Amino acid sequence: MIGLELFNTFILLLLVVAAVASLWVKDLLVSAVVFGVYSFLMCLLWAEMGAVDVAFTEATVGAGISTVVLVATIFNLRRKSND
Amino acid sequence: MPETNMISELLVERLNYCIYVVLLLIGLWAMLAKRNLIKKLIGMSIFQTAIILFYVSIAVKDEATIPIYLPEHDPHGNHAELPDDAEVSESGKVQHRPVILDREAAKKYSNPLPHVLMLTAIVVGVATLGLALALCQRIYRGYGTIEEDVLLDKLERVDERASISPIEKRRQNARRKRSRQKAKAKSITQSVSRSSSKESKTTGKSSSSKPKPKRKPVAKGKKPVNKPSEKSKPESVKSKK
Amino acid sequence: MKVLSLIPVIAIGFLLIWAAQDFPEWGDVNSPASKAAVSNHFIGNTGVDTEVPNMVTAVLADYRGFDTMFETVVVFIAGMAVLAILKGSVKGNAKRKDHEVDNEPDLIVTNTVRLIIPVIQIFAFYVLAHGHVSPGGGFQGGVLMGASFILIALSWDLEKALSRFPVEKCMLVAALGILLYAGIGLLSMFLGGEFLDYAELEKVLPVSREMARYHAMLGVEIGVGFTVTAIMFVLYANLASEGRLKEGL
Repeated sequence: MIGLELFNTFILLLLVVAAVASLWVKDLLVSAVVFGVYSFLMCLLWAEMGAVDVAFTEATVGAGISTVVLVATIFNLRRKSND
Repeated sequence: MPETNMISELLVERLNYCIYVVLLLIGLWAMLAKRNLIKKLIGMSIFQTAIILFYVSIAVKDEATIPIYLPEHDPHGNHAELPDDAEVSESGKVQHRPVILDREAAKKYSNPLPHVLMLTAIVVGVATLGLALALCQRIYRGYGTIEEDVLLDKLERVDERASISPIEKRRQNARRKRSRQKAKAKSITQSVSRSSSKESKTTGKSSSSKPKPKRKPVAKGKKPVNKPSEKSKPESVKSKK
Repeated sequence: MKVLSLIPVIAIGFLLIWAAQDFPEWGDVNSPASKAAVSNHFIGNTGVDTEVPNMVTAVLADYRGFDTMFETVVVFIAGMAVLAILKGSVKGNAKRKDHEVDNEPDLIVTNTVRLIIPVIQIFAFYVLAHGHVSPGGGFQGGVLMGASFILIALSWDLEKALSRFPVEKCMLVAALGILLYAGIGLLSMFLGGEFLDYAELEKVLPVSREMARYHAMLGVEIGVGFTVTAIMFVLYANLASEGRLKEGL
């Protein structure tokens, strides 16, 4: 029980770090990949909370398709961001 | 004393709720303050996942399992313990009927309803993200940038050109013709002095219209000869008022 | 601008944190959301009504079938909108600014992908068909299936993936999925029930009322899977090539 709570807290803090990092970096490609990391952390958190279907959807959609689509778009646009 | 109690309760007991608020704020701030459109979209996705996190959080129950029936409640499972109304069919096979679970039994499963709502929300979220990215690509093709401030500058310039109404345009065209005829008739030196006086007029007008101070020198630099278009600008400002 | 936008953000954050104190305890069994009659009804009656062990699938495809149908329509519309927005936006060949692409497909990558794509597709079918008893269902299976086509496009090139699954066929399959969903709903309407009242399908299926709902849910999930597969691939194909459908990522 304590282990699960520690896991929960750890993931929650990592989530904030990943969210801030994906908005912080100037390189949009890095931003997209860190956003994929964020999605996968979110998926882990939901799986731990017992929402297995939501976690599965997030793992396939959020960490998979979203990241690929973002990378495909950034590939066609400029990679550097001013802020 | 109660305040420290409150903070510790918020940070320890309800860390999930706190983090959902923090993530939501990060997403909202990114949508408001970031100038890059892709960053804005990532902020939108973070906002969305924060709300999903909240929904999933309220579905959690202590000591509850995932919302899939345990073997003893599974309609097709091999029951370890059969319910009382199990009947034995002719073939000797044990027939079990699924039973309606009461509230006590329902406490063993986490709440499936928020999961269902959020499952579709995630898929619709990626569809909207794709649509927004398509719009970004289109904007990049049209304006050559996805930075919001640069884009707004360019849009303002385009608006300037496009905001003249057709009637205004016709009037301007007529005036342009007249001025051209006059210019032909008059000598070159006279026309130069006239244009300089006109320019002083336009600069006076543009200083009154504050939001577009940048535009003037650029347009001037682009086509310094095109006097009619310069003349049209104060008109448009006037018509806006 | 950045400082100015902090004001509403902090105001909203303050309000939300304030509201967070009134939220139910973490994991409270008697919280309003968990005490509500409707969720307890779903937990208690899913097994009796539909014989589906996975409550999420049952609520998704049966109790809230109307909602899911229009969510699928939303995904379909998003795919069509992306096609409409990007089609013809770039004439000829686009120049790349930051990236140079090596057009020769890599030998190791293509051979690995050749090995794992059948596994991914079989797993997608498993997820789709096994969604009743384990996590999974139409959305997840469809996305996995679409991801296998995207993997082809990533490791070879977009033309190869599009020769397997052209965009016209994609839209056909997507429309077919929604038609399958709506068709099952209409069929149950013609058999005497209401729209999406799957229990009436027992008249055409050789099973009980509960199992009719079980199998109709599978049909509905297959429809959702079709649409999601096609639309995910259309999204990727259009976004990667700016609507030209060639020389993608």
